[in-house]
Amino acid sequence: MGHNAPQIDNPKGAMSALKKALGKNCLDAAFANDEISLTVKPDSIVDVMTLLRDEQEYQQLVEIAGVDYPERALRFEIVYHLLSLTKNHRIRVKISTDEDTPVPTVTGVWPVADWLEREVFDLYGVLFDGHPDLRRILTDYGFKGHPFRKDFPLTGYVEMRYSEEAKRVVYEPVKLAQDFRSFDFMSPWEGADYILPGDEKADEKAGEKAKPSTPKTTDKPSKTGAGKAANKAAAKKSDKAAKKPVKKVAKKTSAKKGAKK
Amino acid sequence: MNELPEMITSKSEETVGDIEIQNYTLNFGPQHPAAHGVLRMVMELDGEIVERIDPHVGLLHRGTEKLIEYKTYLQALPYFDRLDYCSPLGMEHSYVLAIEKLLDLDVPKRAQYLRVMFAELTRICNHMLNIGAHVMDVGAMSPNLWVFELREDCLNFFERASGARMHSAYYRPGGVHQDVPLKLLTDISEWCETRLPKLFGDAMSLVIDNRIFKQRNVDIATVSKEDAIAWGFSGPMIRAAGIAWDIRKSQPYDVYADMDFEIPVGTKGDCYDRFMVRVEEVYQSAKIIQQCIRDIPEGPIASDDRKIVPPKRAEMKSSMESLIHHFKLYTEGFRVPAGEVYVATESPKGEFGVYLVSDGSNKPYRCKIRPTAFSHLQAMDFMSRGHMLSDATAILGAMDIVFGECDR
Repeated sequence: MGHNAPQIDNPKGAMSALKKALGKNCLDAAFANDEISLTVKPDSIVDVMTLLRDEQEYQQLVEIAGVDYPERALRFEIVYHLLSLTKNHRIRVKISTDEDTPVPTVTGVWPVADWLEREVFDLYGVLFDGHPDLRRILTDYGFKGHPFRKDFPLTGYVEMRYSEEAKRVVYEPVKLAQDFRSFDFMSPWEGADYILPGDEKADEKAGEKAKPSTPKTTDKPSKTGAGKAANKAAAKKSDKAAKKPVKKVAKKTSAKKGAKK
Repeated sequence: MNELPEMITSKSEETVGDIEIQNYTLNFGPQHPAAHGVLRMVMELDGEIVERIDPHVGLLHRGTEKLIEYKTYLQALPYFDRLDYCSPLGMEHSYVLAIEKLLDLDVPKRAQYLRVMFAELTRICNHMLNIGAHVMDVGAMSPNLWVFELREDCLNFFERASGARMHSAYYRPGGVHQDVPLKLLTDISEWCETRLPKLFGDAMSLVIDNRIFKQRNVDIATVSKEDAIAWGFSGPMIRAAGIAWDIRKSQPYDVYADMDFEIPVGTKGDCYDRFMVRVEEVYQSAKIIQQCIRDIPEGPIASDDRKIVPPKRAEMKSSMESLIHHFKLYTEGFRVPAGEVYVATESPKGEFGVYLVSDGSNKPYRCKIRPTAFSHLQAMDFMSRGHMLSDATAILGAMDIVFGECDR
């Protein structure tokens, strides 16, 4: 037995039936984590939604979520979650777009889409063509930028405070008393696709110096590095090391004697 | 005396219909006790009749979803307490279930019972606040004080289980944080049997058949079934419209499938129905809590998958592996396989959903929160049109909106 999340029965062939109903408007259909996701053509979203509502019994639009994938050409994914009260089933419909291309609004299909689309516009900057009232909804009056884009910093650009001199609220560039801490949890042996700091030097050196053709062996005593020469050098070093502390002790004792006298 | 006819004639030139009356535009909130938080509504009034309402939300927007993208899955959990701060555990429930769905993680039975029990206690807690506030919005004072006492009891129970009155952070992916003492269960059971029905029944006897209360609520903001569906209503709002839709019944999660309870529905879909649906839900929740306490088995309260659930403190004293697991889970956190899920539970206010997108790392790639308030508050405009200004507070009160959740 697996998870205990809300159990939704996916009847056999439900996905292929939906795919067939949508015809060529459906670009992709996937079944993962017990949920059906349909990717459709952005231009056809109104037709698709009307069809799903009227013919496939998905009466409720529950949610519109924006997701930002900056590495994609069409970076924004708009994800609609539909609920069928009669079939007791949920599906997900996705479309993709970029910053400039507007997508058709579904406010004509569901009035609830009004605020949901405003939210996606506010937070991601996705434009909805034909929306009756595309204003910002969650951010401040006069806010600039679209904060949920992945390239928008978490701290934002401006901070607000009440200025005693100006007797009003003023906006200033963000000043952080402490840098935002971001930890790197990628382990290098689990396939991190970047070079750890310092590792690039290892490659450079290896490239400059030719690798020894034969590995170093110690099968003969002369090759170990041990011998008379090494013993001499070691003796010299140890003499120096031994003498120093002795001298210090001698000085200290003499000083003490002097003090007593 | 000679001037009098002149005055009459000058007045009679302009009759009532000739004078152009401009509509008032009124700002309701953002600081208004009946706005239930920071809601600003720009109202256009024709005399005292509401012509149009434009709710301005977002004054409490904290960017929770963005913050969650920068936190590990466990660190993000307490943000959910702070969404709907009147029913914190209901929010956590959706989130932990979403993570468990992505991980395909099983939860021990005892933990499921505890979760359901506290989710229902949260529902009572939430409805106590909403019922009290709604009653007060339409002019009654004392029932609010009575039901707040019950809410205080609930908060004490939360405190005894988790250590925190409101922001419990009690549910965890894989179970709950810690076990409850037996005395707490017996106390909750006793409370459900004696104190709750007595105090709540007394308080409700003051309002349910009260003439003034009915005048303020019956036939106010009637919502048809079709409208309720089109506007994405859920929870008590859709049930009041007469649709017996409850995610606990239709798509059961945790041990709701084993629970025996009724779904109250309204007949007219007006403010009074919404209120009464909540009143009945309180009794049904108490029934579920009693069943939970009766059936709860002994056993572990969290999954024993040590890659997700941290080990007990005592284990760490003797086992090196436990120590490593603990360290790794509280620094790096666990990783969730790449994928996306949408999990919605029946929170006290309606369908509270979490759309979780994972890229396989230890932080959510995207966590979209589906608030209940967004679709309900949006309907404020068509629901209050043609009603009096003073009805707006009753309509808003019957919607049960909390801005921590609406603005996120």
